[in-house]
Amino acid sequence: MNKYKTEIMVGVFVVLTIGAILLLALKVANQSMTSEGDTYTLYAKFDNIGGLKPRSAVKVGGVTVGRVNSITLDQDNFTPVVELSISKKYTGFPETSSVSILTSGLLGEQYVGFQPGFSFDGVADLQDGDYLQDTKSALVLEDLIGQFLFNRGNDDE
Amino acid sequence: MNFFQSIGASTLAKMSAVGRAAIMLFGALFALPRLKNVPLTIKQVYVVGVQSLLIIVVSGLFIGMVMALQGYTILVDYGAEGSLGPMVALSLLRELGPVVTALLFAGRAGSALTAEIGLMKATEQLSSLEMMAVDPLRRVVAPRFWAGIVSMPMLALIFSAVGILGGHLVGVDWLGVDAGSYWSIMQSTVDWQQDVINGVIKSLVFALVVTWIAIFKGYDSIPTSEGISKATTQTVVFSSLAVLGLDFVLTALMFGIE
Repeated sequence: MNKYKTEIMVGVFVVLTIGAILLLALKVANQSMTSEGDTYTLYAKFDNIGGLKPRSAVKVGGVTVGRVNSITLDQDNFTPVVELSISKKYTGFPETSSVSILTSGLLGEQYVGFQPGFSFDGVADLQDGDYLQDTKSALVLEDLIGQFLFNRGNDDE
Repeated sequence: MNFFQSIGASTLAKMSAVGRAAIMLFGALFALPRLKNVPLTIKQVYVVGVQSLLIIVVSGLFIGMVMALQGYTILVDYGAEGSLGPMVALSLLRELGPVVTALLFAGRAGSALTAEIGLMKATEQLSSLEMMAVDPLRRVVAPRFWAGIVSMPMLALIFSAVGILGGHLVGVDWLGVDAGSYWSIMQSTVDWQQDVINGVIKSLVFALVVTWIAIFKGYDSIPTSEGISKATTQTVVFSSLAVLGLDFVLTALMFGIE
């Protein structure tokens, strides 16, 4: 009986561990989004990406449709190129769509805001590997202040 | 001349202790394939793992609760109390889970292992096993060693999970952080590979070091009551220091350079 008790308690221990792993995997780390392998890739060139990082979210109207896969620097004209992995569930964005780098909240992290464009005749849908033409850079606080001061200076004259 | 002799003697003693420890580790590691040792290992998992469960769960719960309380009072000044979830989860998964578990494990199970094996040596049970042509490394050391290696990552995972739930208890249920933001910002910040798996790797390394030190100190102790008490103290001191030092090295390797 004592031997069975030991084995039962070890079994309970193992079950508790599996419970902890499941909690961490599903509730804390949210495996489901990343393990969803069906994605397609879009590229966007920005002048300035600010604090954007790999794995930042790509959102359409607040709904997360994908993630930033990697950020590289184009060696020809020295502009950052952001590779976006968009879930296959969301396809058919028109070519006129635009992307901008936005911040969630005052101190929040930065994400890519995806603005679907108008779809009319002669505008194709975005395909795997396409470049997004219409991009808006991140708002850098120092630039903003500089611009503000510059405008103030102009007003005085 | 005596000065140089004492330096030489202590260096040689230390080197030979490292050598004996390595030989013991080798013997314990390669004693795994014996099928009949599996029930012995399960019994040791019960002793070192299951019996440490209570202290791990209680300390995990309270550490999670304290972190939520402390983090909330600072974050709320910046209106960023939504970041409470990732703060609690990341510090538990990356640091506190593996480290505090290892420290508690050294105190709760490591000292017991040292005392047990030391007393076996003092009462000449180990020599009796050898007389009966039973290898004490296989029969006594290996099951305890493998039980420690298996148990500690499991305990660390339970610690982190319970801590995150404790943070939820204080942050969401008591202080009124939005439950949705607690979980969702945590989900977008915590990475499975980067945070959870690295925490488990850390915990495996700590398990190896703590169990190794505990068993070696017992196996190598001077078989007197004074020697056993000294060995038990040394187990707790050495394994705590080793865990804290290794933690810095592992953190630098895993998270230091992006």
